[in-house]
Amino acid sequence: MTATAEKILMKGNEAIGEAAVIAGCRYFFGYPITPQNEVPAYMAMRLPQVGGTFLQAESELAAINMVFGAAAAGARAMTSSSSPGISLKQEGISYLSGAELPAVVVNMMRGGPGLGNIAGSQGDYFQSTRGGGHGDYRHIVLAPASVQELADLTLLAFDLADQYRIVVLVLGDGYLGQMSEPLVLPQPSGKQFDKSGWALTGAKVREQHLVYSLLLSPEDALEKLNLRLQEKYRVIEKNETRHETYNTEDAEYLLVGFGMCARILRGAVVSLARAGVKAGLFRPITLWPFPYRELAAAARGRKKILVVEMNAGQMVEDVRLAVADSSPVDFYGRMGGMIPEVEAIVERVRGYVE
Amino acid sequence: MMTRLIFAGYGGQGVILAGKLLAVAAMKSGKCVSHIPSYGVEMRGGTANCSVVVADEEIPSPLVFSPDIVCIFNEPSLIKFGPIVRKGGLLFFNTSLIDAEPNVPGVTCIPVPANTLAEEAGSYQTANMVMVGALVARVPELASLSALIAALPSTVSARKKDLLQLNEKALKSGFDLIQAPVSR
Repeated sequence: MTATAEKILMKGNEAIGEAAVIAGCRYFFGYPITPQNEVPAYMAMRLPQVGGTFLQAESELAAINMVFGAAAAGARAMTSSSSPGISLKQEGISYLSGAELPAVVVNMMRGGPGLGNIAGSQGDYFQSTRGGGHGDYRHIVLAPASVQELADLTLLAFDLADQYRIVVLVLGDGYLGQMSEPLVLPQPSGKQFDKSGWALTGAKVREQHLVYSLLLSPEDALEKLNLRLQEKYRVIEKNETRHETYNTEDAEYLLVGFGMCARILRGAVVSLARAGVKAGLFRPITLWPFPYRELAAAARGRKKILVVEMNAGQMVEDVRLAVADSSPVDFYGRMGGMIPEVEAIVERVRGYVE
Repeated sequence: MMTRLIFAGYGGQGVILAGKLLAVAAMKSGKCVSHIPSYGVEMRGGTANCSVVVADEEIPSPLVFSPDIVCIFNEPSLIKFGPIVRKGGLLFFNTSLIDAEPNVPGVTCIPVPANTLAEEAGSYQTANMVMVGALVARVPELASLSALIAALPSTVSARKKDLLQLNEKALKSGFDLIQAPVSR
């Protein structure tokens, strides 16, 4: 941390915007939806100041396809939305993935299904990690748990997107986006990425580049692309899996949650420790690639694993895949924009002890 | 220490700003803080509120369901938030707009004539400042009066910078209301 690092109180959604500017993002295309409107509002204010372009598109479909265009031209581009708007963007995300374009997409999840409500939720885990769009593609999913991480992981998202030519989804929720917390603005990573081999920058003095996802020959083209994509995904799984643990050493119970739930679980771990119950926290930071191996190791020998989500039980399926039969897995969830309370989790775990 | 607060009133009374000022002042004093406005489906002229947490440790959830302290600016908010204050908690209420004495068993109710003192300070719009001043006079571990004053410039919007002195005056007036009986 630099000497000039000063804490400011900033709203989560605005922290995403400022981090994107710091990352060198100069193109933002969006369409309004609560509870993420402060992201486009901030970009509308900030991008003109740094020579960038903010554009409110006529629809979510238009916005994601404008991101496609800017990314194809080699720019750092992003869009943000909330659950129903992200559903509309899935087609574009599939096309970006097929064309191997780098782009950052932010989803501040709200209650669903359908139009749902405007409170925070984690109901889009399946959509985010399994591909809401068509075809055999994956994209990186980062799950921040604080305003500081919203900024830090947005910055990281741009580097990962460029490094792997892949879509990176920053997956928060309405509560994270609306809350203000102390934040130290991150420094740019300084990493440079050479896009000259594929970006559409004008072909006057070189061979033409093509950015597309229509490959009509199964044998010569489309399976080859898929094989290459799968190879890339294996590399990402190997190199970019991220997680965090808290108090897991000699913990009898392992609590697992991402994003907003992880910070509530951390509070539960502290409360349980005061009551003499040994519990620890395992928090996936990347939801894809999911830290299967790391979780399997962390789960070994525990009396029980408790997964807590703001949904009906989605990540718990990945936890079960990771843990297999080594420990029993329990689930606690709230839905429709409700948020778990520390006390309810503490009570649940104390029930295991008795 | 972890103190959970709710500031509630009707839209336009500056309850969101009151919470933000406290959060910034506490942050600059080295505390962990969080602030989240209620952004439910609120009616125009209906209640507005924000949750603030001030703590010495990491804050699990920014949402406050059982507050230790509430600052109530109007009667509908008293009805909504009075009953959820924790036993042993504090309830600051704006006597300028709330006629009845709150009846909340197990909770200490502290009357603050916020609008009256704000008008005396120069503008009824600073009633939120009067309330925050009174709050930290009673609960000094949240933030000091000088920390609040120092936090004003970065909290009040740019087009209202000329109102800084007015806000400061209102903060002090609320602070003195509570502090005076002790210091005299």
